[in-house]
Amino acid sequence: MMSKYLSRKMLVYLLTFFFAVTIDWMIPRFMPGNPILILVSRFSGMPEATKVIYSYLTQAFGLDQPLWKQYINFWRAFLSGDLGISIYMYPKPVFEVLKEAIPYDLALLLPSILVSWIAGNLFGAVAARRKKLDSFVLPVLYILTATPYLWLGILLAWTFGVLLDIFPIAGAYSFSMRPSLSLAFIWDFLKHWILPFLSLFIVMLGGWAIGMRNMIIYELEANYARYLETLGAPQRLIRKYAFRNAVLPQVTGLALQLGVIVAGALTTEIVFSYPGIGYILMQGILNQDYFLIQGCFLFIIIGVLLANFFVDLIYVFIDPRVRYAFGGETA
Amino acid sequence: MKQFSTVTLLLLILLTASFVFGETYARNETLYAGGGMWAPPSNWNPITPWNAVTGTVGLIYETLYLYDPITDNMKPWLAQEGLWISDNVFRLKLRKGLTWSDGTPLTAKDVAFTFELAKKHPEIYYSSMWNWLADVKVIDDLTLDFHFSDPRYQEWRYNLYQIPILPEHVWSKKSKDEILTGANEPPIGSGPYLFETYSQDRMVYLRNDNWWATKLLGLKPAPKRIVYLRVLSNNVALGMILKGELDISNFFLPGIPRLKQAYGNIHTWYDGPPYMLPANTAFLFVNTVKKPLDNPELRKAMAYAINPKEIAEKVFENQVEVSNPLGFLNIPAWMNVYPEDVVRKYGFRYDPAEARRILDAGGFKDVDGDGFREAPDGSKMHFDIIVPYGWTDWMESIKIIAKNLQAVGINAEAKFPDYSKYTEDLYGGKFDLAINNFNSTVSSTVWTLYNWLFNPDIQEYMTNGNFGRYQNSELTQLIVELSHARTVDEARETVAKIAEIFLMEIPYIPLWYNGMWFQASTQVWKNWPSAKNPYAIPCTWNGWWQMGGVLTLTGITSK
Repeated sequence: MMSKYLSRKMLVYLLTFFFAVTIDWMIPRFMPGNPILILVSRFSGMPEATKVIYSYLTQAFGLDQPLWKQYINFWRAFLSGDLGISIYMYPKPVFEVLKEAIPYDLALLLPSILVSWIAGNLFGAVAARRKKLDSFVLPVLYILTATPYLWLGILLAWTFGVLLDIFPIAGAYSFSMRPSLSLAFIWDFLKHWILPFLSLFIVMLGGWAIGMRNMIIYELEANYARYLETLGAPQRLIRKYAFRNAVLPQVTGLALQLGVIVAGALTTEIVFSYPGIGYILMQGILNQDYFLIQGCFLFIIIGVLLANFFVDLIYVFIDPRVRYAFGGETA
Repeated sequence: MKQFSTVTLLLLILLTASFVFGETYARNETLYAGGGMWAPPSNWNPITPWNAVTGTVGLIYETLYLYDPITDNMKPWLAQEGLWISDNVFRLKLRKGLTWSDGTPLTAKDVAFTFELAKKHPEIYYSSMWNWLADVKVIDDLTLDFHFSDPRYQEWRYNLYQIPILPEHVWSKKSKDEILTGANEPPIGSGPYLFETYSQDRMVYLRNDNWWATKLLGLKPAPKRIVYLRVLSNNVALGMILKGELDISNFFLPGIPRLKQAYGNIHTWYDGPPYMLPANTAFLFVNTVKKPLDNPELRKAMAYAINPKEIAEKVFENQVEVSNPLGFLNIPAWMNVYPEDVVRKYGFRYDPAEARRILDAGGFKDVDGDGFREAPDGSKMHFDIIVPYGWTDWMESIKIIAKNLQAVGINAEAKFPDYSKYTEDLYGGKFDLAINNFNSTVSSTVWTLYNWLFNPDIQEYMTNGNFGRYQNSELTQLIVELSHARTVDEARETVAKIAEIFLMEIPYIPLWYNGMWFQASTQVWKNWPSAKNPYAIPCTWNGWWQMGGVLTLTGITSK
């Protein structure tokens, strides 16, 4: 029974993956402009030589071939695990670029998303049941979630970094350090990490909390809750059911957030000059780096699909209705 | 439980050990620099210097000469001396005792190899030199003769401080693809610094304590390490200078005049306006093959209509200066050949009344009464001026230009395409008006400016210069002639003829000099170069290390 559910899902995922990757391949190529032109535009030398370099590079990247051939080459390389060479960070392979950048995004986004999700849900659920708390906290949450991220980031950096001078304002660790497994380094890394983390956490917290609060209120007003109430069920039980229902969309939201982690946090990176994939991806787009754009979005596609897949799996456990729909009473 | 405590103990030992040995660079031995690295470090190949991490040429690989634009002085570097022993033979003597950082001696064979490599691979950027270079003969370990079929003295002089010399014992083993497209990690050079390490947001150079110039010239760079930072926004760079975390910044930072007053320790080249040395000239490129922009009278009227002074004041807060009518940078090498009388006779200046007069006389009149002039054939005129989106100083500048042009009745509009679209339109000749300065850089000869502005090789894509596809066989001839000029007097004569054509035709309009942005912090390092102490140009951009960057490092001192 479960296997029927899963195999149907798998087929949908495979098809989605194929089309998404094809679109991912197409979009950068249909943008106006030419990546090799941008690459040679940085070249300041004899004009005569630029021409030769231009044709050499066009060939080296295989961009002189017809589009259909490039498309086949792309799949062939992809299936053998080759994502190509970045044009913007020439001659670094795209895989290397991603490998070096993405750990920073994980270290920053994973904790901020998870912690804000847990804190936001608890906070929202509590706020929904306490009128006084609600009327006081809700506006604060609305302000938080609507805060322009750039502004909050600069404010934090300026206050704690420049004025109070407690935290550093740039980099993932001191520019005077080399990474090592030492307490000094870990402490230094955390000091650089805390402001970007806080800025992300604060903005995300508002969103999750408001979502949860609204869902709980909605669920408490639902018919099943009222029915339970008339049956004389204890408040605790009703709230428990309301929470179980309310958390479902939050789980989906969380999964989608986690899925696009690979896109990085562009604004954070710029405001705190923090390494990561966001800025590189933006530069890749501006420089029309076909291979880098492809590579990044490939991981985003995989991330989103995996996240959806896990949501599907988790729903089986946290939402009995899914279980019943596919597995009858057995589950 | 026993096992657990053993593991914990081991971990603790490891942590304390690394705590003791974990490396932190001493502040007073480390120079933090920024402004010349925007992408994460990925390439140290001197064959592709435009793509390599800044410092690859200069700190690691070195050139035969250094060039000081302030005094127009070619300083022999790897070379001991070089002179023309006949009209077409240049004899070069190397210093005795040069070594590569791996200990191998650097000899005339390495120099010959470097040049001959470009003969073998025409994809190498300086290969076109072999059109006029015939042969490189090694005489002995320290001496070699360059035989020229068609000696281009000006271009040769420029190349002497541009081409990095490669170690034959490393590069002769590389395949063609490795040479042309390899990352060359780690690079082995002869220069004052060694490649130490890098990560996404930094490049770390370690001083080469066996550098030849320490022994031969008594020069020792002050910083033991250079940590070159990739800083992603001006706010951060500015904050770091104020905190004393960034020692030398070659970023364009708005508001330096005000900040200098508020914070005493920001060091700039000049204490007052323009604060910065000039780096290159911003030109307004006109698409000279598009009607009616092919009409020189219209271009001349535009030159009179635009007010670069307004741009310098409003956009750059006087951190830049207005260009002269030829676009010559204010450096001796260029100003020595500046044809004063030609400019006095034909030069233009901001004068909207004159612009209107030229337009009226040329038949550009507002026929349909919409407030804008029409072309002499009665067709409507509308021009887009383009600069890349996000280049905020240029975006503000072209808004002013559009306003200036509209004031004399030319309908122009500022447009900001993405950088990729900008390059596509500019190179492909699909633009009306565009600002560009990519290769009008400070150099030892104004020939580099003209060779770029009027590159005669018209292609589908003009990737390097002459974006407006201006063609004039007489001008082309004169520019080739200029590259052959041997003396300043010869050059001056040719430049006067070029300038006359330039001012009659005004294919492109010089506007202002972009600055060699430089702000230094005096908290850790002192004796920074300045107008009062101009021992070197303090620039850390690609291509500028040999024009002063290296000598800045040997000139500064620790506090």
